[in-house]
Amino acid sequence: MTAWLDLVLTLLSWSLLLCGAFFFIAGTVGLLRFPDIYCRLHAVTKADTLGLGLLLPGLALQADSPDRLGTLLLVWLLVMGSGATACQMLARYARETEAPVDDP
Amino acid sequence: MIHEWLLDGSLALLILTLAVAVLYVRSLYASIVLFIAFGLLLALIWARLGAPDLALAEAAIGAGLTGTLLLAALGRTPVSQRAEPAFSGARQYVRSGPAVVLSLLIFWILLQAVLPLPEQSSAVVRAAEQHLDAAGVAHPVTAVLLNFRAWDTLLELLVLLLAFMAVRQLLPSLPRAPEAWPLLLGWSCLLAPLIILIGGYLLWRGSSDPGGAFQAGALLAAGAILLRLTDLLPAMGWHHAWVRLLVLGGCAFFLLVGLFTHWLGAGFLAYPEGWAGPLIILIEVAATLSIAITLTLLVIGETREVRG
Amino acid sequence: MTQVLFYLILGVALWVLGLHGLIRLHQPIRRIISVNIMGSGVFMVMVALARRSEDPDPVMHALVVTGLVVAISATAFALRLAVTGQRSEEDRE
Repeated sequence: MTAWLDLVLTLLSWSLLLCGAFFFIAGTVGLLRFPDIYCRLHAVTKADTLGLGLLLPGLALQADSPDRLGTLLLVWLLVMGSGATACQMLARYARETEAPVDDP
Repeated sequence: MIHEWLLDGSLALLILTLAVAVLYVRSLYASIVLFIAFGLLLALIWARLGAPDLALAEAAIGAGLTGTLLLAALGRTPVSQRAEPAFSGARQYVRSGPAVVLSLLIFWILLQAVLPLPEQSSAVVRAAEQHLDAAGVAHPVTAVLLNFRAWDTLLELLVLLLAFMAVRQLLPSLPRAPEAWPLLLGWSCLLAPLIILIGGYLLWRGSSDPGGAFQAGALLAAGAILLRLTDLLPAMGWHHAWVRLLVLGGCAFFLLVGLFTHWLGAGFLAYPEGWAGPLIILIEVAATLSIAITLTLLVIGETREVRG
Repeated sequence: MTQVLFYLILGVALWVLGLHGLIRLHQPIRRIISVNIMGSGVFMVMVALARRSEDPDPVMHALVVTGLVVAISATAFALRLAVTGQRSEEDRE
């Protein structure tokens, strides 16, 4: 019974990790290929947040102690907060220094 | 086995690519941003090589603080002088020949020096392990830093103080940071208590696990710089008595301990039996505060100091 | 090839890359970055050497922690010197 549960947990964990890695790669491709700063920020912050949100549960399933879960939760919150703040600052700086973008 | 090499190989490939990109990318701003990424990757490599102390220090000092220093220097460099002079044209390639040949030659010579090293082993490891029980702290790196080779650490604090004194003499004016935007202000207010908490935790944990005065000091300095840049912290400078006290406190306390132990007869910085633990903790607290304030002032600089 | 040897060679390669940058580049901030990369190469050689024994050598690790702080002190001073130099050059023009 426990062996079966272990197998399911491992499979679930690895599929979450792989999905997370996929979103990180997608975000990076967007960062490299998109034309202007707003599109790039959009690609990299959204895809990375989702990627991180998948990676951390994947790692949490392999964690061996409750402390590890707390650390992972802290990492998740800190990276999300920093990412959002940095994204907003870059976008606002771009908007204030460059010519305004035409809204469609 | 193969997946280990996969990890090492990709780390090596990434770090070499990043190093080349840092050096030869066209825009100086991009070069600095890549250098920060280089520092973070280096921290990953230290962790891979079983050196978590170094990974912590590198992420805080090598990537974070050095990156801030470089960006501040970039901000103070006139746009006309940011470009690398004459960085294109066919003549460049001809002229780059000697440099490449010289570099390859030096690479080959250094390889000859380095290749036999893995076979030799150092006796220091066993000596450090044997004396760890008497060191007062359980973590070997902290024991080396503050007990076995406390001299090095004292002199290093003096180097930091010297650099700070030298920087004070040069061009103090930092262009005022623009007013911080609300989201950054809110995030900084949230981060500040957390940084103090984690800094204290790193310091306290240093006696038994990876961590210690340098990592804690660097983290606290990073927090102080963030708060200073968002104007949440009032200006601090050498004219404040508490700044002088904290900056000099690290070295002064260390020296006092040294003189005290000398007076006791054990020799300079040789702690008497049973005293090592508490003395190391006290020195670490003083050193952490000193490192934090000195690094903060090194990075953000002081305004109207020398001229005033 | 062992892991120690691999990272030793990588450290030497980083050092030489930094040296090449130092020879070839002229912009002061870039030169300071080159020196920092050379420093990272030296640290990598030391950390790889610390890996030779079963437990990593704490003396090497302590030396590198010390080295990191010395490196940032020197970098701060060098950058301030470079910026001051640029300023005075601009004033003269």
